[in-house]
Amino acid sequence: MTKTNDDEKLLDKKITRRQMLKVTGAGAAGIAIGASGMGGILKAFGKDFLEDDDTSATNKVNFYGKHQSGIATAVQTNIYFASLNVLVKSKKELQELFQMWTPLAVQMMNGNVIGVYKNTLIPAKDTGEAKGLDARNLSITFGVGPSLFEKKELGLSSLKPKELKDLPHFPKDQLEEVYTGGDICIQACADDPQVAFHAVRNLIRAASGKVTMKWSQAGFNSFPMKNGKKQTPRNLFAFKDGTENPTTSDEKDMNKVVWVQSGDSKPWMTGGTYLVVRRIQMHLETWDRTALSEQENTFGRHRDSGAPLGKKSEFDDMEIERKDANGNYIVPEDSHVFLAKKAKARVMRRSYSYSSGVIDSTGTYDAGLVFISFQKNPEQFIKIQNSFGRLDKMNEYITHRGSGVFACFPGIKKGSYIGEALFNTL
Amino acid sequence: MKTKSLLAILLAGSVVMTGCNSADDAKKDDSKTKTQETTKDASSTADLQKEVDAYRDFALDQLDKFTTETEKFVAAVKDGDIDKAKEIYPTARMYYERSEPIAESFGDLDPRIDARLADLKDEGKGAEDWTGYHKIEYGLWEKNTTKGYEKVADQLLADAKELRGRVETADVTPDLMITGAVDLLNEVSTSKITGEEEIYSHTDLYDFKANVEGAEKIFTILEDKLKEKDPTLAKNLADKFKAVNDLLAKYEKDGGYVSYTKLTKDDTKALSEAVNQLGEPLSQMGVVVE
Repeated sequence: MTKTNDDEKLLDKKITRRQMLKVTGAGAAGIAIGASGMGGILKAFGKDFLEDDDTSATNKVNFYGKHQSGIATAVQTNIYFASLNVLVKSKKELQELFQMWTPLAVQMMNGNVIGVYKNTLIPAKDTGEAKGLDARNLSITFGVGPSLFEKKELGLSSLKPKELKDLPHFPKDQLEEVYTGGDICIQACADDPQVAFHAVRNLIRAASGKVTMKWSQAGFNSFPMKNGKKQTPRNLFAFKDGTENPTTSDEKDMNKVVWVQSGDSKPWMTGGTYLVVRRIQMHLETWDRTALSEQENTFGRHRDSGAPLGKKSEFDDMEIERKDANGNYIVPEDSHVFLAKKAKARVMRRSYSYSSGVIDSTGTYDAGLVFISFQKNPEQFIKIQNSFGRLDKMNEYITHRGSGVFACFPGIKKGSYIGEALFNTL
Repeated sequence: MKTKSLLAILLAGSVVMTGCNSADDAKKDDSKTKTQETTKDASSTADLQKEVDAYRDFALDQLDKFTTETEKFVAAVKDGDIDKAKEIYPTARMYYERSEPIAESFGDLDPRIDARLADLKDEGKGAEDWTGYHKIEYGLWEKNTTKGYEKVADQLLADAKELRGRVETADVTPDLMITGAVDLLNEVSTSKITGEEEIYSHTDLYDFKANVEGAEKIFTILEDKLKEKDPTLAKNLADKFKAVNDLLAKYEKDGGYVSYTKLTKDDTKALSEAVNQLGEPLSQMGVVVE
């Protein structure tokens, strides 16, 4: 680490002058210490300088742990998702990028401002718009896309998991380059739109010259409350989204669906997961003029209760084989849920709605779903998407415009940094 | 009041403290540190007089040339020589754009010389209040004429000369240089890269280049001092200036630059990103005053 970084880090920690004097006195009594002496002083402080999760912080999600935050974390109200391309030209520079991001992510997830003001002729290190807000359950999830491993100068090709590749073309896909792919993704989720945006903005700013923004998307969720408990949120078609998710506290189920197990993939992915993101435009105008019964047949659920068609409550068993007196399926064979169930694959959905103004060429809403799912293998998503194929009644009302698949690193151990396993195996 | 950076204060404090252990001294030193820490008035402790003088000389030289070139431009306009006026227009303006941190510091003169019609409309004024280079730009490129612009040309020359005279009195400081360098790049990011500066002549890349040169000049003047404080930053800035200049060189044509209208979306995006990647480290140049 360069001297400047050390100096800055020292200033970032609000150490008292007295603490400082104690160490400098012990280490260099009677000797005038110039700026070049700072490194030694820092060493004397040792581990105190590692950023750590502040357990006393309010509305705090932990950064360190077995898995990254923002996956099994209870879904927040807001997301800011960013897909980046890297400009760095070596794996060492890439490693340094993730090392540099690590303490920033911890500080922001503690609800703290990055850095202190020291010289008013220099802009503040923190862009500042989250000042005075607490952590708001901020989670930050980092992933790497297939294109990163294809950059020869980074020398990562032998570490690319075979399942990490661009998703195949699905029927009715209308992908736009401006919403597709990326070398790195940052998913920031928080119970506050400004906190989520601030996190991504500051990570990207700190990486100036090392990354460029490829695309980004903000999204939102709203949770009805029942007996003080968050209920499944509704998407912009007014249907509940995420009913079938594994229970995040059920470790066995999470290991089955979400977390990469030892031997499943490249060793550096153990404890990680694959993120699939799809920017799905919802044609709100056509949906809104569709009869309620038709809407419910499209999903295969009742709109208000979220219950499977013909059943009473949201979490009732779907039982897709049910037939009526005439021998017809109660849940239509071309309904979204029927086809999803038929695929016999599960994923963990963590989607958000988006609304991004008006599409110039049509005068319609540019609104829809930032679909995000986590799975131990992208194949799980592909199976479901292929099952929808051309049959899905939903196709009439949606268009997939953006797509990305990212390998999300396993959790970060205290003292380590984001993605260490990837670099350690080099 | 002069202030030190927190880092400098911590270091200064430790120098005082390492020699003595008296609690009284520590107390005194604490209180001193406190007052300095809370002083946010930004100004330098480092001696940058040589650098400030060098920058003043640069700006004076640029504005000397600006006056001379404006004289030629005005003569061409009054002679009705449209081609010659069009030829001089972008290069004469470059001297102004290079020295903008100083040229713009005279709030009344800058709009008279350099206002776009859109700037005036923002202030509730109209075309009748419009003077300076961009008004003649409109005549030359939109109307293909110099007729009726003679008076505007005379006024432009008078304003250019007045500017040159007043620059002698300009208060050049390290602050002005440091914020000026970033401002120059911000000008590029907000109006040149979008083609909003030269909406009739589309000679935006000349202004682009001149703004970058103006910022680079400030960096070059401060470079030695910056190397002492932060060699990594100095190296990074040299690299990033080179990246922007190399990219701009792709659009050179006949000793000048291609029209802004020839740029594709990918071109402007690449230029914009290179400027932003330069601007972010450039904003850290203030460490030279520490």
